[in-house]
Amino acid sequence: MINYTENIRKISGDLLKSGKVDVVIGYKKGTLPGINEPFLARTPEDAQKLVWDSQCRLNLANYLTNRKENVGIVAKGCDSRNIATHIIEHRVTREQVTVIGVPCTGMTDKNKLRELAGGEITALTEKDGIITVTSRHGEKTVEKQDLLQSNCANCLHRNPVINDIPCADPVPEINTARNDAEIKAIEAMSPADKWAFFEDLLSTCTRCYACKNACPLCYCPTCFVDESRPQWVGKGDDPIDVRTYHTLRAFHCAGRCTDCGACEAACPMNIKVRLLTGKMEKSCFERYGWEAGLNTEVRPALDTFTLHDPEEFIK
Amino acid sequence: MTEFEPKIITFLCNWCSYGAADLAGVSRFQYPPNMRVIRVPCSGRISPKMVLAALRKGVDGIWVSGCHPGDCHYIEGNYYARRKFTLLKELLEFQGIEPGRIHFSWISSAEGVKFAQVANEVISEVKKLGPAKHFIKCAPKEIAAA
Repeated sequence: MINYTENIRKISGDLLKSGKVDVVIGYKKGTLPGINEPFLARTPEDAQKLVWDSQCRLNLANYLTNRKENVGIVAKGCDSRNIATHIIEHRVTREQVTVIGVPCTGMTDKNKLRELAGGEITALTEKDGIITVTSRHGEKTVEKQDLLQSNCANCLHRNPVINDIPCADPVPEINTARNDAEIKAIEAMSPADKWAFFEDLLSTCTRCYACKNACPLCYCPTCFVDESRPQWVGKGDDPIDVRTYHTLRAFHCAGRCTDCGACEAACPMNIKVRLLTGKMEKSCFERYGWEAGLNTEVRPALDTFTLHDPEEFIK
Repeated sequence: MTEFEPKIITFLCNWCSYGAADLAGVSRFQYPPNMRVIRVPCSGRISPKMVLAALRKGVDGIWVSGCHPGDCHYIEGNYYARRKFTLLKELLEFQGIEPGRIHFSWISSAEGVKFAQVANEVISEVKKLGPAKHFIKCAPKEIAAA
């Protein structure tokens, strides 16, 4: 990880110095231990603040939307797939973007970290796949592998799909097939149980919209939640409004979501919103063999069709 | 208490299924009056928002019908619609909406008989499920009591 950071700083510094890009989107150390924050480096000096470790949970493609200048962007596997999606959807052009590819070994789950620490984390260090967290209960050391976010543990594309300047050699992929165990368990429930399951899952949602703000796919000038004529969904935290919001959010991500996990990482209530987007990705994969963002040529699942798409449910 | 009569919102495409409904009407094919028809330019016009809005207003069933694949007035609208419907149906059923509440069909304007037949099917299936309880913000008294 140390050399990732050094390589990112060097590559970004060179890019900014040469004038090839006007800004590099990356991470810098956050104000709290265990969370890095997105950072836009505009000068070679700024570039020295960039870092990389296992606390870079957000998706930097989010900061790429509608940029006019030339941009360098630090991207792990999922970020790069969202960059591809952005290019397909004309949010940026391919020529504008220089991807500094980071072969990713996964991000730590913020909740597992907190649980491990047993309270507020006061310091966190990471070296060679070993993470040490310090809290008032003392120091605890654990292998990073045991702290991974679930989407990272089930990741299928750890290496960036667009990779202009690789910052390290590719890492081996750890999975070969989707792991849908959680979603299949819900599918097996009765309709009433399903409804109750999600009622419970979403019961703590405060509609803060952190999930949609963290999501690189959510860039409409006016979101459906803000539309008033007609008003599709109420503003408050009524369970039905919450459910409507999450349903439509998941649908809007269908065929575009790369399962980067930024929504869950951003959720202050730790709601597993990925269950809904995950269901859509599972359907897209099973029915259309579609995985989002693997290249910049093919249109996403809902923006294309074949003459013989499955339609067993249509009368 | 009288027998439960469901309310069903039916989205019909202007060019095929709406014509079929018209044909069913002038041919005097019988189907129960539980449907409220909304005419749309194309089945591709249906947004999941509209389906959810209908559910939120308290309808018991939804039926969307358009031209057969290949016959779309706008050449390919119903092909896109087909993928949209597939995912929407799966997402709603994943969350606990009963499979029999949401229906899709392809009916051309010459198929008045099929229209009446599908209408009968949809209405009887929704009737079997009883009143919709989900996605309704202010549940009616009898549902709250049940």
